[in-house]
Amino acid sequence: MSFDKTTIARISRLARIATTEAEQERLAGELGGILAWVEQLDEVDVEGVAPMTSVVEMNLKAREDVVSDGANAEGILKNAPRSAHGFFVVPKVVE
Amino acid sequence: MANTIEGATGTWEYVIGLEVHAQIISNSKLFSGASTEFGSEPNTQVSPVDAGMPGMLPVINMTCIEQAVKTGLAIEGTINRYSVFDRKNYFYPDLPQGYQISQFKQPIVSEGRLVIEMEDGSEKVIGIERLHVEQDAGKSLHDQDPGHSYVDLNRSGVGLMEIVSKPDLRSPEEAAAYVRKLRSILRYVETCDGNMQDGSMRVDANVSMRRPGEEYGTRCEIKNLNSVRFMSRALEYEALRQVDILEAGGKVAQETRLFDVGRGETRSMRSKEEAHDYRYFPDPDLLPLRLEQELINGIAASMPELPDAKRHRFMADFGLSPYDASVLVAEKENADFYEAVAEGRDKKLAANWLISELFGLLNKAGKGIEDSPVSAPALGELLDLISDDTISGRTAKEIFAEMFETGKAAGVIVEEKGLKQVTDTGAIEAVIDEVMARETQKVEEYRSGKDKLFGFFVGQVMKASGGKANPKMVNEVLKTKLDG
Amino acid sequence: MTPTDLTIAQARDLLAKGEISSMELVEAHIDAMESNRELNAYITETPEKALAMAQDSDARRAKGEGNGLLEGIPVAIKDLFCTADTLTTAGSHILDGFKPFYESTVTTNMWREGAVMLGKTNLDEFAMGSSNLTSYHGPAINPWKARGDNRSRVPGGSSGGSASAVAGRLALGATGTDTGGSIRQPAAFTGTVGIKPTYGRCSRWGIVAFASSLDQAGPMTRSVRDAAIMLRAMAGHDPKDSTSADVAVPDFEAGLDKGVKGMTIGIPKEYRSDAMAPEIEALWQQGIKWLEEQGARTVEISLPHTKYALPAYYIVAPAEASSNLSRYDGVKYGLRVEADDLLSMYEKTRAAGFGDEVKRRILIGTYVLSAGYYDAYYLKAQKVRTRIAEDFRHVFGHVDAILTPATPSAAFPVDEPPSDPVEMYLLDTFTVPVNLAGLPGMVVPAGLSGAGLPLGLQVIGKAFDEETVLRVGRAIEQAADFDGRPEGY
Repeated sequence: MSFDKTTIARISRLARIATTEAEQERLAGELGGILAWVEQLDEVDVEGVAPMTSVVEMNLKAREDVVSDGANAEGILKNAPRSAHGFFVVPKVVE
Repeated sequence: MANTIEGATGTWEYVIGLEVHAQIISNSKLFSGASTEFGSEPNTQVSPVDAGMPGMLPVINMTCIEQAVKTGLAIEGTINRYSVFDRKNYFYPDLPQGYQISQFKQPIVSEGRLVIEMEDGSEKVIGIERLHVEQDAGKSLHDQDPGHSYVDLNRSGVGLMEIVSKPDLRSPEEAAAYVRKLRSILRYVETCDGNMQDGSMRVDANVSMRRPGEEYGTRCEIKNLNSVRFMSRALEYEALRQVDILEAGGKVAQETRLFDVGRGETRSMRSKEEAHDYRYFPDPDLLPLRLEQELINGIAASMPELPDAKRHRFMADFGLSPYDASVLVAEKENADFYEAVAEGRDKKLAANWLISELFGLLNKAGKGIEDSPVSAPALGELLDLISDDTISGRTAKEIFAEMFETGKAAGVIVEEKGLKQVTDTGAIEAVIDEVMARETQKVEEYRSGKDKLFGFFVGQVMKASGGKANPKMVNEVLKTKLDG
Repeated sequence: MTPTDLTIAQARDLLAKGEISSMELVEAHIDAMESNRELNAYITETPEKALAMAQDSDARRAKGEGNGLLEGIPVAIKDLFCTADTLTTAGSHILDGFKPFYESTVTTNMWREGAVMLGKTNLDEFAMGSSNLTSYHGPAINPWKARGDNRSRVPGGSSGGSASAVAGRLALGATGTDTGGSIRQPAAFTGTVGIKPTYGRCSRWGIVAFASSLDQAGPMTRSVRDAAIMLRAMAGHDPKDSTSADVAVPDFEAGLDKGVKGMTIGIPKEYRSDAMAPEIEALWQQGIKWLEEQGARTVEISLPHTKYALPAYYIVAPAEASSNLSRYDGVKYGLRVEADDLLSMYEKTRAAGFGDEVKRRILIGTYVLSAGYYDAYYLKAQKVRTRIAEDFRHVFGHVDAILTPATPSAAFPVDEPPSDPVEMYLLDTFTVPVNLAGLPGMVVPAGLSGAGLPLGLQVIGKAFDEETVLRVGRAIEQAADFDGRPEGY
């Protein structure tokens, strides 16, 4: 797997992490190395094998439909870097 | 409006597929215990799960799942006993986890269908590709502050059903009929209140244009349409825009667009410009959802009669016209009201009174059937007075207007105003004799062949009786006397 | 004996007899924490909270009430567990100032059992690391040093602060979490006991998520008995965690001394390689001998997909992490780097808030889930994972437990970490398969390396059979008679 700066730029944009060109250069090498190493998985015969969905066999448990949480705007907002009038505040979003 | 658009270079056909997001009726959210109530103060219905706080985990609300199964059965879909929740990853301030829990590869319902009825009485089957369950996002407000957006997470995590049609719709009218029908079904099974104004039902429309019978063209998605009227307008605008591009030899770009209600046009959504790569994968915080057949059977057994079945019953058993039946079943409340009125009475008479009288007055007053000042038993009483000849149909309309106005019972109004019909033959004969004695000239003319004057005599007799004489009897007695 | 030298079991018995108070235990630990800050074991010390909790515990005991499993016992909490109104950092800059209003289920369980919180321990950022070097708060230091070598060594990771605190007598026990070896590897590096229970045994609710399908909390202690006591207090079904197992929590301590006589212990041949350090091989052979001497039968077994566990792990864990860490976006809590537009705010915040290793894993995870690569990487890895779980299922048809080395080497100096990411990842070779299969795994100190650094052995058990794992661990502990005491602590 050859890994270039363009790929790093694309995935760092997807992951919302700013990267400088120098970082992209370094990451291309590191990630390329890691992905080359994981390619040994191609040796494993997985024909007809189901992908693991849950590591321990059990059924999904469900909740009752009752209101038991939520009336805590203060708690929800108290760690916010910026809030006003009970809202979280972020730089303007253009739709 | 036709299904096609005549362009300069020929005919173009619509290809429309709709994704309807319907908010599930439940007390609490899909994966948390916070309330789903609408219209509360910002961030007051937010659990730490809904706010994407570190270490928080989702736990499924079984009622939401049952609601989805119920809806799946109502659209004649296949209920998948094994389905999987996936994470759809993207960044947006009103998506606090940085992903939406949805169902991607294995939805809870697949392959359903829905029948739409067009105004000309024709029917068309529209395929439904899938129904899946997912979380709603919060709400971003962009108009509170010039440089900032405000985020309210009250809706974050509310359960939604996304119902995806096949690209089977061929006109804005069909699309509108589909949305109305789906809304009607959702309201019948009580899984979504269908309130488009409050956003509990929203539509994303995929539309492309093609030469009739040819391959599908490139489609655009118009997001977040919150009324049937806006959807139709958006589709019409978008169709013309695409036809203009295609006829000029251009290519339609596949993109997400927004309908600007004020301008009546669609425009490209800047925030969605970036190519999507949602990196779906099964949510490791949740296990696959396995449904017992007994659960599905239990829900199936508790299904109410659905609009199509009701409509056919109204036509077959009650002899209603397809149009009347459609009008009456569209809203379950109307159908229930109708059945209460029609019970033990003339079905067509009851249908006529609902459709032309009650709905007319309700419309004028801007009221729904649930706020009708005239109850079903009260309307029934009025119809009974007509049927047993206590009052005439014409008098009944006046009485009904007063009932609607004052809420009084029909019998009370008849008593108070002395509107009871005169059905005593002697009394009617006396009035007729009096009129004939007064109008000797006209009697002569009638008897010498001027038949048309019969109506004049009826009018005079009715007037002399103060409108209370039974019209049928007046007709009969008058005929005998004049001809005699 | 000084209070900080006690095991949990010893302290429990002294408390019961009234020979020591929780207050005395806590004060001794607060002193030790203050005088050993060079270990950087704690990110946040909470002495006031500890004293208040100790006072409450002593008051309960005075009224004849306090009969919790950990009544009055001072413990340290890995700073990955959310603790109400106490700074919770996950070892990251991006959670700056974050004080949750909620308490994790595991810590709630422990407080209900009477435990006392001393503070929040250091860790690799978001538990991603095997050295504690990736912590934003600086590395925790291993109290152990090699003979004649004064260089500071890593305590391992990610639960490095917990391991340092327990080995350095700064807590009687500590919580850890283990996604690929994060309890067991630091236990091995610091001569302590650590158990990663079966996936689903301890609730994940309120623990900052790294890789949801692998993360599991567990105790880190100075004896197998202590691990048994503490695990019982931590575990239990939690309706708030959909992956929490609804199975009864046994009294793990009760069967501890039943011995290994008649047990069959599997020795997986795939864990042996030419590259294995001779002293690790020797330690393993010693472990086998100890168990045989106590009446166990050992058999060679095959876990053919062992070699693929690590690469599969390095797809699955980063994939889940990339999604789990999307919530750190500068909007709701923690760090925000202001910018005029939203995209820049996101990108600058996350660039500044995450360290290199976390970024590396987020980017790998983003890549392997991205369009066109999902099947080749993520789906493939999950299939390999099924194979690995099948390997274990097959052998557990005829063995009671499996014995392996814990780590390929002893603790390395802080200044000389493995040179590239993959070298670092290889430190988890022996521990990762257990997480992929969701099984319980325990590391028990078994001896010292040639340089005088602790080495551990790993016992792997069947799902929800921690009792057997603990029994085997206890047998090794007794045979090894390990003096788990770093010089100067």
